[in-house]
Amino acid sequence: MPITREEVAHLARLARLALTEEELDRFAGQLDVIISSVARVGEVAADGIPPTSQAVPVTNVFRDDVLVPCLGAAAALDQAPAAEAGQFRVPRILAED
Amino acid sequence: MTETVAAVAFDDAVSRYEPVFGLETHVELGTITKMFCGCPAAFGAEPNAAVCPVCLGLPGSLPVVNRRAVEYTIRIGLALNCTIATWCRFARKNYFYPDMPKDYQISQYDEPLCTDGYLDVAVAGTVVRVGIERVHMEEDTGKSHHMGGATGRIHGADYSLVDYNRAGIPLVEVVTKPVPGTGALAPEVARAYVTELRELLRALGVSDVRMEEGSLRCDVNLSLSPAGSGQWGKRTETKNVNSLRSVERAMRSEIERQAAILDAGGTVVQETRHFHEETGQTTPGRSKEEAQDYRYFPEPDLVPLAPEAAWVDGIRASLPELPAARRARLQAEWGLSDLDMAAVRNAGALDLVAATVAAGASPANARKWWLGELSRHANESGTELTHLPVTPDQVARVAELVSSGQLNDKLARAVLDGVLAGEGSPDEVVAARGLAVVSDEGALGVAVDEAIAANPDLAAKVRDGKVNVAAALVGVVMRATRGQADAAKVRELILAKLS
Amino acid sequence: MDGELTRQTAADLAAAMAAGEVSAVEVTQAHLDRITAVDGSVKAFLHVAAERALAAARAVDEQRAAGAPLGPLAGVPVAHKDVFTTADMPTTCGSRILAGWQPPYDATVTRRLREAGMIILGKTNMDEFAMGSSTENSAFGPSHNPWDLDRVPGGSSGGSSAAVAAFEAPLGTGTDTGGSIRQPGAVCGIVGVKPTYGGSSRYGLVAFASSLDTPGPLARTVLDAALLHEAMSGHDPCDSTSLDAAVPPVVAAARQADVSGLRVGVVTELGGEGYQPGVMQRFTETVELLESLGAKIVELSCPHFAYALPAYYLIAPSEASSNLARFDAMRYGLRVGDDGVRSAEEVMSLTRAAGFGAEVKRRIMLGTYALSSGYYDAYYGKAQQVRTLVIRDFEAAFEQADVLVSPSTPTTAFRIGERADDPMAMYLADLATIPSDLAGNAALSVPCGLAPEDGLPVGFQIMAPVLADDRMYRVGAAVEAALQRRWGHALIDEARGLDGAGR
Repeated sequence: MPITREEVAHLARLARLALTEEELDRFAGQLDVIISSVARVGEVAADGIPPTSQAVPVTNVFRDDVLVPCLGAAAALDQAPAAEAGQFRVPRILAED
Repeated sequence: MTETVAAVAFDDAVSRYEPVFGLETHVELGTITKMFCGCPAAFGAEPNAAVCPVCLGLPGSLPVVNRRAVEYTIRIGLALNCTIATWCRFARKNYFYPDMPKDYQISQYDEPLCTDGYLDVAVAGTVVRVGIERVHMEEDTGKSHHMGGATGRIHGADYSLVDYNRAGIPLVEVVTKPVPGTGALAPEVARAYVTELRELLRALGVSDVRMEEGSLRCDVNLSLSPAGSGQWGKRTETKNVNSLRSVERAMRSEIERQAAILDAGGTVVQETRHFHEETGQTTPGRSKEEAQDYRYFPEPDLVPLAPEAAWVDGIRASLPELPAARRARLQAEWGLSDLDMAAVRNAGALDLVAATVAAGASPANARKWWLGELSRHANESGTELTHLPVTPDQVARVAELVSSGQLNDKLARAVLDGVLAGEGSPDEVVAARGLAVVSDEGALGVAVDEAIAANPDLAAKVRDGKVNVAAALVGVVMRATRGQADAAKVRELILAKLS
Repeated sequence: MDGELTRQTAADLAAAMAAGEVSAVEVTQAHLDRITAVDGSVKAFLHVAAERALAAARAVDEQRAAGAPLGPLAGVPVAHKDVFTTADMPTTCGSRILAGWQPPYDATVTRRLREAGMIILGKTNMDEFAMGSSTENSAFGPSHNPWDLDRVPGGSSGGSSAAVAAFEAPLGTGTDTGGSIRQPGAVCGIVGVKPTYGGSSRYGLVAFASSLDTPGPLARTVLDAALLHEAMSGHDPCDSTSLDAAVPPVVAAARQADVSGLRVGVVTELGGEGYQPGVMQRFTETVELLESLGAKIVELSCPHFAYALPAYYLIAPSEASSNLARFDAMRYGLRVGDDGVRSAEEVMSLTRAAGFGAEVKRRIMLGTYALSSGYYDAYYGKAQQVRTLVIRDFEAAFEQADVLVSPSTPTTAFRIGERADDPMAMYLADLATIPSDLAGNAALSVPCGLAPEDGLPVGFQIMAPVLADDRMYRVGAAVEAALQRRWGHALIDEARGLDGAGR
């Protein structure tokens, strides 16, 4: 099932990517080819096969509840695109979450 | 959508509709460090001073799970009678927001650590068993301050300032199963649940649970259906419910609002709403054209949690006496009826009374002072009982002074006034103000003679055998001695002199 | 003489410095001079840290003079892939969105290099966020293959690979997610190793695909790679997926070079159609070579390997779409479009559109698609099941063979621009390498000859079970030694692409 231009536009919105009209067309075509190809995984009979999300199985890795030195506000803000009053200054946020 | 429907009063609403509610409560854990890094979980004023590459989400950073946070979560799950998973994982909840350092939150999705428990809640003489769907772990976000607008809220702001000190603090989310069948009591049951949960968390020592400070946050879910319909209605979720009172008010407000819509033949919009403290009303949150697709998948930077049975058993064994059990024990020890016990709880005096008893007072006396005189003081000064500047030890001392006859009730009240005013300990106030009961027969004798002389009619009646009238003469002496006379002794003397 | 120093192996340089024959400063200077001479053509480096490198070299010389104990690679220069954070050098990951970003912390691998006394010459070019097989996806232009400057050095660790092949550094660090160390190693005629997943810490490695990313070494000899492997590896409490196990004894194995009695499995699915004939020819000859050295050859089928590539191109982009979400213009990096009126959402979108290249955007959208509700089970979920089947194929195969072999990549180095407009064609470079990334086991590429049709290097891939990294080094060393005996010199000595560029 080919991926439509609208679907690509939706994906771009979800992923916060402002695509041009030309890019939408081009990516739609390329993604279509790629998705058709990767969809081949559907050919594999996998009933009852557990998924693997971690190649090397390990469990229960923890750290102790012990303080570790922080970066410090100066270092944290050093690379900020904009800062004010010791905080990161960001453009107006549209909506509550 | 403007709601130009006729308003419906609460009682009317619940007579015709059945509310089903649920509560999602977020608890900030009182660990020393954050969920996935060694930054402090409790922090001072300077913004962005408590961050590191991990909680700031810098490229290349990786999370490592705080063992104590897991222990606290298991503790909460066990106290809520949940099943603890033998194997579970963290998951990423993906969405973009400036206060989210990684633009995903590490949480748990379809594999929560604790499931399927319950919490019993007593309301109006009945016990409601609130089912617990799940208890899971996640990390808190940073905090934004919206600048330039009129109200400090998002709408109308020009820009925002973000502080990531709070980002990464361990959060536990407790989600109830839907609670049907509470009818008109729904708001109270909801409030009682949050109250009970808060007490439980405090007893477990896992959080300081201060709603005003945000370490305990509630979202209220509610739907209405026509009475007897057997079907559940569309559900709204209300956020920004920041106090126990707000839980109740938000529920009432939503019940009324939804009833009005249904009465007018409309449909309730399934949405997130925002509760407003000032008006007691809810307003719609962001209108979402598309429901959020969080694209959950198992967190690949973390390995599964498989708490060993021995560890869980150890935590279970170390659970303190839980509030419900403690209350039952105290009620039995104090020999109180359910009604009397409820009165103690409602006054917020349970721990105070218990501590006063532990300091030597009788349960009756401890109750008497805390629910009586001290509650009066608290109400008058608009403070909570626990914030009054008097300790259970001090109250126990006052009760002891009364029992031993050194004070009577009136004097005791004066002593408490002095303690509350900061004049010192009960003994210090007694000494400084000279409030001891006067029992000395010599001194009393003088006062009695004066009273008899000043009230010949009363004296005559007592001589005649109307012993009850002696009380009036006792009253005269008490007034003359500013309440400091030993009343029993005075009565003895009067009867002796007039017999 | 400078020319001689840069032609030495890391092991030989280390020995010479330990013996007091040459100083660390001389060694570093010689390599800096080489970079100056040829990097204008190779373009391996995004950032050269000359002053810091010389200062670090001086420190090593002083420590040695004071009799302090030094590690086996002290004073040896290394080219460091720009995907690892460095607190004293920019880290761009080959992307405009991080141009000029100065991290406030060192990656664990960076720290290990420094603690070993190695000299970080600078940060090397890479495909943007490690997505690619040629360095053509770098926002700062491709690197060039020292064998033929019109050709790609492979990717994504193409900068490090080119640097080592051009004798700009004896050692290079890379990361392998779908083949990004082994494939550039193969097409540049050098050794590239992907350790067992978790063998080397990912803390400070800017994530592409978290469950696949593996730091590893690039070098001109198997022994050099083993030395860097040991220096880079080890358990790290800052990385929850880090292996809590001893580093396999790879240096000892590299010195062992003995394959008699070893069972070598040839994987049917990793070869044949889709593979350049010259590549298959050199591969087959190398298998015969192993047999002549005493190894027993078996033919094996790993049927699910045919699905490894599509599974990878679902899993990796999915994880990447989430890992790259943090680049949102709020805390660091590029910010575009903030005119005081636009919203945060708009600024995020404009920044990411301007800061990410086409391949990164494609993979982010592909990953977003594969994870979205309604599609998860069919795509991401299914791919994770295929992953289980690939792991089982390996387990079954390793019951019949001690190591598995294949060509490292289907073709020799292609021309710059040749596959730039065809993403699927580019993805095919990973055909043979991807299975080991999915399964997490160890794999390396060792040069095995030049393809007759174009005279370009061919890589021979050796795969070993999880935590049996030493086994593949043993076989790799045996192949290398035997071929060196046959040719009379190392393959890399035949690279002619930089003739006239100050050799």
